[in-house]
Amino acid sequence: MKQIYVGLTGNEAVATAFKQARPHVAPAFPITPQTEMMHKFADFVADGVVDTEMILVESEHSAMSAAIGSAATGARTFTATSSAGFALMWEVVYIAASLRLPICMPVVNRALSGNINIHNDHSDAMGGRDAGWIQLWCENTQEAYDHALMCWRIAEHKDVRLPVMINYDGFIISHTSESLHILPDEDAWKFVGPKDLKTGYSLLDMDHPITVGPLDLTDYYFEHKVSQIEALKRAPKHIAEVYKEFGQLTGRHYSFFEEYRTDDADLVIVALGSTAGTAKDVIDAQREKGVKVGLLKIHMFRPFPAAELAKALSKAKVVGVMDKAASFGGWGGPLFNEIRSALYDLPARPKIHNWIYGLGGRDTDVKQIAALIDQLQAIAKGREAETVNLLGVRL
Amino acid sequence: MAAATTEIRWHGRGGQGAKTAAIFLAEAVLDQGKHSQGFPEYGPERRGAPVRGFTRISDAPIRLHCSIAEPDYVIVLDPTLLDSKAAGVPDGASDDTVFLINTVETPANIRKRLGIKGGKVHTVDASLIAQECFGRPIPNMPMIGALAAVADVITLENLVASLVVRFKKKFSQAVIDGNVTAVERAYKELVSE
Repeated sequence: MKQIYVGLTGNEAVATAFKQARPHVAPAFPITPQTEMMHKFADFVADGVVDTEMILVESEHSAMSAAIGSAATGARTFTATSSAGFALMWEVVYIAASLRLPICMPVVNRALSGNINIHNDHSDAMGGRDAGWIQLWCENTQEAYDHALMCWRIAEHKDVRLPVMINYDGFIISHTSESLHILPDEDAWKFVGPKDLKTGYSLLDMDHPITVGPLDLTDYYFEHKVSQIEALKRAPKHIAEVYKEFGQLTGRHYSFFEEYRTDDADLVIVALGSTAGTAKDVIDAQREKGVKVGLLKIHMFRPFPAAELAKALSKAKVVGVMDKAASFGGWGGPLFNEIRSALYDLPARPKIHNWIYGLGGRDTDVKQIAALIDQLQAIAKGREAETVNLLGVRL
Repeated sequence: MAAATTEIRWHGRGGQGAKTAAIFLAEAVLDQGKHSQGFPEYGPERRGAPVRGFTRISDAPIRLHCSIAEPDYVIVLDPTLLDSKAAGVPDGASDDTVFLINTVETPANIRKRLGIKGGKVHTVDASLIAQECFGRPIPNMPMIGALAAVADVITLENLVASLVVRFKKKFSQAVIDGNVTAVERAYKELVSE
């Protein structure tokens, strides 16, 4: 298949993928840095390129509520958000997952207030990690585009039927024009396909009326939560299948996590999002100096591939987990806690340390990551170090 | 970082097109099979405030996702930024950094104002060229023309072709012609040391 080589910002790339997926409904409310994505999509609608019905609501709480109503009828539905907007829709974010509605939503990652900060970190999405959504994370515009096509196949699969969050870094990806390959509209549509309106329940099925979201107390609530837990357990199999099919189609092969030069690595950095790209350049430079360092970049954070990660990290001597979110009062960042817990049952655990970095968009450059690798090397040689550390902050 | 990547930093004021130039150039080089990245630095968005833009161009995929601290090229759209510490025009420059300045002054004067000994300084009166060619003193497109004269990132032919294609969606033929002339003039009128 011939692909098209273009320069698009992350927001433009995701809007393009969503256009190609021909959603029925898109409730929208602006928030930086997501706004431009919905703006671009609204252009497609206004130009008649796609016949999605846009609902211009008055808040993010309403955006997600409208998305839930729409998806409950069976319509292919998306919305998008960032930061405080995501926080405002909190209550209903959980309901989308509880009702098993295959809504897709880019979370264009931005710091939470206060003070007010429009730049990137992961505190918004990390707050939503337990909401019952599938969470996929992207390094660059190419990955954001690809996941914005694949998410529909994952969310709408009859054995999954869960909402999917696609995370990409605010400004660093959302507002950066990068070269990428996109599919022609027809090929993208062939891959995504029409929504199967017969699977599941629909509010509009008058012959089989149902109640959605009723009171659910001590009698059944627990069982319903277990059905969500089970759905998330089933998801990886289908995510892997979609990744495989997409790889065959495009030559871009994804997995739950990407391992970069980890084969013989004594030191492994674990990261999410755009920083992984910068880390790869630093790792190449360190490798030339003989430092055995690699990177593990996570695509699928929810559900969390604990067993696979434990296996992948089992041969490392020191693991450095980078968290672009603080867990106030907790012991280390959210990614660190998950990774560390996943390694607990290994017969011989690597040493594992945490670095909180990049909060509020603090630039994370080559020098910072090189300094982190220096610390990993020192730890490997036996130097004592704090479990939880900070990177790139003035103290 | 990687030797094959060219890093360009743009300095302008809100409204002069630093962001547009950074992204335009990134997208224009794609036609030559290059990989690229173009991004602005976002802060309070207001006309006249100092803004920076960044372009990376490479033969290989670009993976860096950080600001450009040690630029190969520094392009200044507004000469009043030269004396601004906050704008940081010479920050991170090495002996190989090339400066392109929109100014009526000579490269020697600019060198003094920037307080730099190494590197190379080129000047061009891009605001005047823009005013004469398309009636508005917006210097970003002529500055890309000047860049084409000194940097091996885009040829003048490819730049003009790309400009025509990309401007067609938004602008009249007169505006396109004016911009093409401005780019060609800046390419020729660049003053080097």
